Amino acid sequence: MKQKKLVEIYQNNSVKISVDREWCKACGICIEFCPKDVLIPDNQGKPIPENIDACIKCNLCELRCPDFAITVEGVKEKDE
Amino acid sequence: MNNLKKEKNIKLLQGNEACVEGAILAGVRFFAGYPITPSTEIAEGMARRLPRLGGKFIQMEDEIASMAAVIGASIAGLKSLTATSGPGFCLKQENIGFAAINEIPCVVVDVQRGGPSTGLPTKPSQGDMMQARWGTHGDHPIIALAPSTVNEILTLTIKAVNFSEKYRTPVILLLDEVIAHMREKVEIPTQKDIEVIDRKKPTVPPEEYLPFKPDSDGVPPMANFGEGYRYHITGLIHNYKGLPTSNSQEIDAFIRRLHNKIQKNVKDIIINEKYFLDDAKIALIAYGSVARAAERTVKLAREEELKVGLLKLLTIWPFPFEEVNRLAQQVDLIIVPEMNLGQMVLEVERAAQGRCRVVSYSRVDGELINPIEILGKIQEEISK
Amino acid sequence: MKTVIDDYIREEMFPHMWCPGCGNGIVLGAIIRAIDDLKWDRDKIVMISGIGCSSRITGYVDFCSMNTTHGRALPFATGIKMANLDLKVVVVMGDGDCSAIGGNHFIHAARRNIDLTAIIINNMIYGMTGGQYSPLTPTGRFGTTAPYGNIDQAFDLTSLAMAAGASYVARGTVYHVRQSISLMKKALDKKGFSVVEMISDCPISFGKMNKMRTAVEMLKWIKDIAVSKKAWENLSVEERKEKFVIGEFLDIDRPEYNERYNEIIKKAQKMGGNE
Ligand SMILES: Cc1ncc(C[n+]2csc(CCOP(=O)(O)OP(=O)(O)O)c2C)c(N)n1
Ligand code: SF4
Ligand code: SF4
Ligand code: SF4
Repeated sequence: MKQKKLVEIYQNNSVKISVDREWCKACGICIEFCPKDVLIPDNQGKPIPENIDACIKCNLCELRCPDFAITVEGVKEKDE
Repeated sequence: MNNLKKEKNIKLLQGNEACVEGAILAGVRFFAGYPITPSTEIAEGMARRLPRLGGKFIQMEDEIASMAAVIGASIAGLKSLTATSGPGFCLKQENIGFAAINEIPCVVVDVQRGGPSTGLPTKPSQGDMMQARWGTHGDHPIIALAPSTVNEILTLTIKAVNFSEKYRTPVILLLDEVIAHMREKVEIPTQKDIEVIDRKKPTVPPEEYLPFKPDSDGVPPMANFGEGYRYHITGLIHNYKGLPTSNSQEIDAFIRRLHNKIQKNVKDIIINEKYFLDDAKIALIAYGSVARAAERTVKLAREEELKVGLLKLLTIWPFPFEEVNRLAQQVDLIIVPEMNLGQMVLEVERAAQGRCRVVSYSRVDGELINPIEILGKIQEEISK
Repeated sequence: MKTVIDDYIREEMFPHMWCPGCGNGIVLGAIIRAIDDLKWDRDKIVMISGIGCSSRITGYVDFCSMNTTHGRALPFATGIKMANLDLKVVVVMGDGDCSAIGGNHFIHAARRNIDLTAIIINNMIYGMTGGQYSPLTPTGRFGTTAPYGNIDQAFDLTSLAMAAGASYVARGTVYHVRQSISLMKKALDKKGFSVVEMISDCPISFGKMNKMRTAVEMLKWIKDIAVSKKAWENLSVEERKEKFVIGEFLDIDRPEYNERYNEIIKKAQKMGGNE
């Protein structure tokens, strides 16, 4: 199975956003089209969910990522 | 009905019909084609016969598409064949290359007519001999067979299908307008009288299957699409997994293996017939309908006490290099009559390596070469 | 975490060869999600492509897959489908692949209404060869072989498919992914020839020649040019220039090729004879 080496995980108590820094090609699509401006570019142009609390889990960043480098999962309360 | 008739199924068949018979006996269950003289009767026969056997026929939009469909059907498990003539053979070349690089069994019948271009639609020619070898670009393996009688059309069609399955390669069957349209008595074998070869299947479970890893014979086992073995096929040079590679070692090994799987098996693949060659001092080398005339020439020459023999080629590619080389040591002269301006004679010269004189006899006026003119050529050459 | 995508790709082939922001990856994701939603047996799925950047897609999926010759994906797929009716055959092509060199095959596959799903990734350019104009490049846009602007008229692939005899025809974009996934699902599930044209971005070849150098700029443009059928009705002829209607255009039932061929088999077997 997949061993993503450079996956960075960001999480609050409702959502978990994972960014595969190896696969991400810094196209900026996820950042630009996030309806809630959750994501900002790091110095390489790859996304950081700076504003994770605003995330509405619409998954649009995941669906539009051409490189399968960002995923958004809901976090269930009981999982904490 | 007398007993003999019951036992032997003898029919008066046209060459193209014999090709259909042979294909059906060999297990062909898919045909895709595009009409073109003088090959059309093969498509018509297949359209009639295949559905009765639960097989499939389709008339595609052109020969490029026909070749593609034939390869597709083969990958999905049906033995497949297509038939065409020069202009269509040109269009098929692109995907013949795809079949070669991906080792997809399939048979392409080329009923040769005069060319280039639209040429002579209803007249015979042997102008596609080199195209059969080198028609698609790049170094690629090929097998090409050339029958000279209607009966041989039937038996060599079966051989062609068998070779394609056994060696996982496209096989070209080269007919010409004369034998394709000629009618002769043919003994149609029963299914149990003939050998039918099916492609080797993988013996390992899907997780372990490497679709392009050859066995010791150079041929990889082939899983058909839909059988639980998920793998990739690409016209790019690929590794054992079927995935594109740019590793020069892998590339080199791949190209050489494609060639070697044919070269290593020339003993099995090369078929020819010899007439009066034992004591011959002059040899004719001929194939296709010209071989019929050449055979007659040998008889006429022997009547005149000329030591003439014939090597009739049934397998054209791979070329019987060793055989011709040996023959060149035995005889003083080889004459190669062809309905082209001298194609196979080049191979004969190459194989003879200067050990004897090699001359070409050409005819490109759309007429058959007759026995008398070959005899004339022999006499002309001896008097030199 | 293992995502739906991870489950369907050949991971050793990743990261894929496409440029940053290339729409091919977005379409690949959409196709995988649509197929996953349909819960098909993946041993029975075959994905076929032609040649082009977009056609590299078949190397990335864990199905039986085949990257064929330029423009010829549909005839290969036709042979496969006829030989094994249990297979679900999905054909992915670029705009040049499908409508230029493969244009004839496209209309004939539609005419036969053979049970295949064609997904055309329309980036309006020849991406792989570096930005030459294609039959879907809008008039007036630039390509490396149209340095003074393209004078050709573009095909409307959806109209072409409908006129030629397809059963299902729709158009989505890489911006409208969610909607595109549902269009694809319907297309995949349709018996007969189904077509989904996906308007896509190629920032490297199309964008470079047309002053949209980034994927973000290109997606904004795509968002802008894609309109609903309703919105289209209210546009003037001038406003319609370079706009595309997205959504479903056709969903009808027509006799499928293999069904009709099965009738032929029955007929031929009934008539019998062995010559
Ligand atoms: C017979 C043939 N002609 C030309 C080419 C070169 N070629 C490769 S890809 C391509 C165009 C691809 O454009 P498109 O189909 O739009 O796909 P894209 O690369 O944009 O995804 C061409 C012309 C080829 N491979 N084969
Ligand atoms: S899921 Fe939606 S809201 Fe959350 S980061 Fe992605 S695009 Fe933004
Ligand atoms: S869309 Fe994907 S590839 Fe592009 S920047 Fe975001 S995570 Fe990276
Ligand atoms: S050239 Fe265009 S189509 Fe090809 S990978 Fe790059 S962005 Fe995609």
